[in-house]
Amino acid sequence: MTSASIIGGSGYGGGELLRLLLDHPNVEVKQVTSRSRMGEYVYQTHPNLRKRTQLKFSDPSQLEPVDILFLAQPHGQAQHNIEEYAKLGTKIIDLAADFRLRDEAFYEKWYGEKHAAPAWLSKFVYGLPELHRAEMATASHISGVGCNATASNLALLPLVKADLIDLNSSIIIELKVGSSEGGAEGNSASHHPERASVIRTFSSFGHRHTAEVIQEMGVTNVSLTMTAVDLVRGVLATAHAKVKQGVTTKDLWKAYRVAANENPFIRIVKEQRGIYRVPEPKILAGSNYADLGFELDESNGHIVSMCAIDNLMKGASGSAVQCMNLMMGWDETLGLEFPGLHPI
Amino acid sequence: MSAVTCPECEAQIELAAGTDVGEIIVCSDCGVDLEVTALEPATVQLAPMEQEDWGE
Repeated sequence: MTSASIIGGSGYGGGELLRLLLDHPNVEVKQVTSRSRMGEYVYQTHPNLRKRTQLKFSDPSQLEPVDILFLAQPHGQAQHNIEEYAKLGTKIIDLAADFRLRDEAFYEKWYGEKHAAPAWLSKFVYGLPELHRAEMATASHISGVGCNATASNLALLPLVKADLIDLNSSIIIELKVGSSEGGAEGNSASHHPERASVIRTFSSFGHRHTAEVIQEMGVTNVSLTMTAVDLVRGVLATAHAKVKQGVTTKDLWKAYRVAANENPFIRIVKEQRGIYRVPEPKILAGSNYADLGFELDESNGHIVSMCAIDNLMKGASGSAVQCMNLMMGWDETLGLEFPGLHPI
Repeated sequence: MSAVTCPECEAQIELAAGTDVGEIIVCSDCGVDLEVTALEPATVQLAPMEQEDWGE
């Protein structure tokens, strides 16, 4: 068995990661750390794991060496401790944003501060398997992905890869997001009477996840707008762009079909019958699938490309486990087979 | 077994043994109804679909 530990396991990302690792056939979870919950059973924080594990939260200073170390801390912590973590984990997967961007100046531009360990930026592979599968096979360090960035990148992936959109025109991506994106620590805006039933555009542009779209898609004229909606889990990215002259709906079908054929967790949802005819986050809760759909206005070349994911799965912990599978040479889908629930 | 190409999304669809001319089949990728118009070689065309209320 491959040994793994999680640093910072009391948040939603850490809890979801632990759920997946406990059921993974090749992994044994050794320790889960939390300074604030030290000594408590992990199921007291993650109640779905009651009777699945008797692990207690450990003191981070008592961490023992393992084969794979997962970092699930809030952003900004891993970069200050990466040298120490590298001694404890032969391989590292970081779910936070510390090592997602390759360029030091680009990091400073989007995060508004200097990176504490810039020499490590180039050592991490960006953690979206659909973009970096081959590099992951030989990697020792893999970054996390932003949930909104993932939905955006996958909405654009077939279009960019097949060179179907005009990159001189603006790409506008509207994201509808669930409340679990805000993490396990609440604030006055996430207090239930304030958060329930909202349709609240909380970031019109300039969200940090935009940097991951620019870096990974190679696009510069792109804007992400975030709107909080009444969901706990889920993100829907709706990308608006212009296709190149002469691109037809059939060209798009080919491009999306290639993406679905090359990637086990990408599905095309563009149906003429049934209730779920377009991608919808609701039925993806707990699954690692990314559902893609599109519509083209052939009269003016306006394409709408949609991607739905569970932000805690494909947008965080599910992708992290998929990365681990690739890094270890295992079947990419191992431990990630759950298809979601219907109805839910 | 004959294969046809969906005129809507260009999915490759295998016709089941015993398929008849005039039969309506469904594209497994995009869900449109297709009428089988010939068998040797097999051809299909889009069939009219009844518009449904889709939760609007």
